[in-house]
Amino acid sequence: MKNNEKTTNIFLSGVGGQGAILASNILGEVFLKAGYDVKKAEVHGMAQRGGDVTTHFRFGKKVYSPLIKYGDVDFLLSFELLEAMRYINWVKPEGKIIINKQQIYPPAVNLGLMKYPEDVEKTFKKFFKDNVWVVDGQGIARSLGNLQAANVVLVGAFSNFFPELKPEQFIDAIKGLLAPKLHDLNIKAFYEGRKAL
Amino acid sequence: MKKEIMQGNAAIARGAWEAGVKVAAAYPGTPSSEILREFAENYPDIYAEWAPNEKVALEVASGAAIAGVRAMASMKHVGLNVAADPLMTLAYTGIKGGLVIVVADDPNVHSSQNEQDSRNWTRFGKVPMLEPGDGQECKDFTKIAYEISEQFDTPVLLRSETRVSHSDSPVVLEDRVEPKIVPGLDPKEAPKYVMVPMNVRVRRKFVEERMKKLEEYANTFKYNIMEINDTSVGVISSGVSYMYTKEVFPEWSYLKLGMVWPLPKKLITEFAKKVKKIVIVEELDPFFETEIKAMGIKIWHGKDVIPNMYELSPEIIEKALKGKKYKEPKIRVKPEDLPRRPPNLCAGCSHRPLFYALKKLGAFVFGDIGCYTLATAPPLQAIHTTICMGAGVGQAHGAMKALGKEWLGKVVAVLGDSTFLHGGVTPLMDIVYNKGNATTIILDNMITGMTGHQEHPGTGFTARQEPTHMIDYAELGKALGVKSIRHVDPYNIKETMDIIKEEMNKDEPSLIICKDSPCMLLRRAKPLERFKYPFYFVDNDKCRGCKMCLEINCPAISWKEGEGQTKDGHKRKGTAYINKDQCVGCEVCVQICKFEAIVPGTK
Repeated sequence: MKNNEKTTNIFLSGVGGQGAILASNILGEVFLKAGYDVKKAEVHGMAQRGGDVTTHFRFGKKVYSPLIKYGDVDFLLSFELLEAMRYINWVKPEGKIIINKQQIYPPAVNLGLMKYPEDVEKTFKKFFKDNVWVVDGQGIARSLGNLQAANVVLVGAFSNFFPELKPEQFIDAIKGLLAPKLHDLNIKAFYEGRKAL
Repeated sequence: MKKEIMQGNAAIARGAWEAGVKVAAAYPGTPSSEILREFAENYPDIYAEWAPNEKVALEVASGAAIAGVRAMASMKHVGLNVAADPLMTLAYTGIKGGLVIVVADDPNVHSSQNEQDSRNWTRFGKVPMLEPGDGQECKDFTKIAYEISEQFDTPVLLRSETRVSHSDSPVVLEDRVEPKIVPGLDPKEAPKYVMVPMNVRVRRKFVEERMKKLEEYANTFKYNIMEINDTSVGVISSGVSYMYTKEVFPEWSYLKLGMVWPLPKKLITEFAKKVKKIVIVEELDPFFETEIKAMGIKIWHGKDVIPNMYELSPEIIEKALKGKKYKEPKIRVKPEDLPRRPPNLCAGCSHRPLFYALKKLGAFVFGDIGCYTLATAPPLQAIHTTICMGAGVGQAHGAMKALGKEWLGKVVAVLGDSTFLHGGVTPLMDIVYNKGNATTIILDNMITGMTGHQEHPGTGFTARQEPTHMIDYAELGKALGVKSIRHVDPYNIKETMDIIKEEMNKDEPSLIICKDSPCMLLRRAKPLERFKYPFYFVDNDKCRGCKMCLEINCPAISWKEGEGQTKDGHKRKGTAYINKDQCVGCEVCVQICKFEAIVPGTK
């Protein structure tokens, strides 16, 4: 972009049911309250039926397009290894990649027709060197007693990339979006994720 | 000033509430469904209902508008085809209270059966259309649509699309303002609303005059915005196409059309004089381009480079307009080499055994719109047409009339509960009336499934979750004259196959209704309670690796390669594996396994 002030592009990918949409909602609240213009786009409809889910999340001074331009992703935040690999070409050469190390087999793999890619982490490191971080979201969430919190673990890890934002800003968003009985678990998940990088 | 991040659909609902809307009706359809849900859940000032189909929704909304209140009907693009009949004549009668019809297109067919450009309705129907490009515009345009509707005595179309309806952006919230019109009905207004030829001719002329006045209005309409920057290129665009183009070429000049019809010809001419070259960026059809070319204005680029199908995006526009100067990002991994992740029927879904049964019977299946279209994917591949809601019933009848009795036993129509009520009742009536012999199966999962669980006249609940009358499909079939009406439990594959076979072979109309088979995601129906065991697993002593259980494409079952043998010595190349976190214990695979290798587990 020439005349605009820089917009930051975050691409979230995962599988229906992993909570990628909650994660992008948290980011939305945080960046809106921090004074940015925000746009995010996702395709609904069949996500609950196990399909892949992507969200384009953009923030900046003034954001026009809800979609990120192909090849212009600053941060790829992926909840599943194959779904990270699928969008590897979207990331800028200097882009940063945060991947949850979970594998969820798609039908072609379940049926024994195709192999699940085994070298996701290696492939990312080959192209992006030190700009790749792998987080064990499920492992951390399991240690907290609830696998569902893996998405917020990822948000916690991701929050490290925005040192200008305080953890409290994320916590406020989490509290605003989740029922009170889920606050403790998800606040812990956020801090554990934040420590994971 | 309160600002909130809102989905486009939520912003449309908010705009309607702020505009003082009193009545809203809709039939669900991606990407429009959340509008009515918002009304039902968050705006008690508005009467909100799920209508059986879009035609009824528009009739309800227009009745309210004729009674003098502001009303909204919302639907997806194909829904407006269903509602087109009232629309085309409401264009003549006009309204009293404001009437806005939201139509949400789905470029790139993320979840639809075709890719229509609904802008064509506005020219065809002679009604104005507004097109927002983000959340704030969704709210603002909805509000001004009501002013236009009342000022010009016309229904107003508000066109959204997937990337507008399902994008979130900040929206400034304001208060609700009650409209000034006093509600009521007046028989003296009959000539305005009784569209017999004598009255039609009067209103026909009114329509043409109205469109002229609207064109004048469009020239000064505050959301038709001219932005003059670098004048070497001027872009004419609207909605999200403008957002994409502005992102890639911020330096150019723009004419952003908030009202896509009628076109502000004076304003367009003025813009064309200010810039050297005109580019028209629009998704799908060359709607603006055709009109603007007809005005005698020279276009530098339009559909010669901008695709006329699928959705646009910043890179598609950049590539189209930069040509060889566009730098393609580096390909690191070929995405086509990776396994795809298509959506699938849920583990335990009652559609899976039903379609497995149909496949085993070798039936040609006339289908419908809903989750069951997922049965088209391999290995099930058990649905053979999908056109529109209700279509399969009439088609099965037509096919049987064409092919004759030797095809008895080989043809069936399937459709969902919601789609049966939407468009399946009249063709079933037709089968009986015209002495047909087609078999219809209602896959009653007790909710509108694929669009995200909306109520309908067969669920027993209104949009606001109040208990209400629940349609009995068997009684309805009986009233239509169907004599052979059966219920099946789709989870019992053998029995289901026997009943369907018997009914397909009868030389008379048959209606089969799936019983006690609620959607797996419908919590209130407690879908898991009918299953005896919480999950099943594969007994490796018995599994011969025959892969029969993989034929149902259950997300919980996968293939584990590895040479080995069963306890009794049968060699195998691998075994089936059931993920117990995904398995719900529906026992469908158990019935398919010939070696009793799938056994119950306890949690």
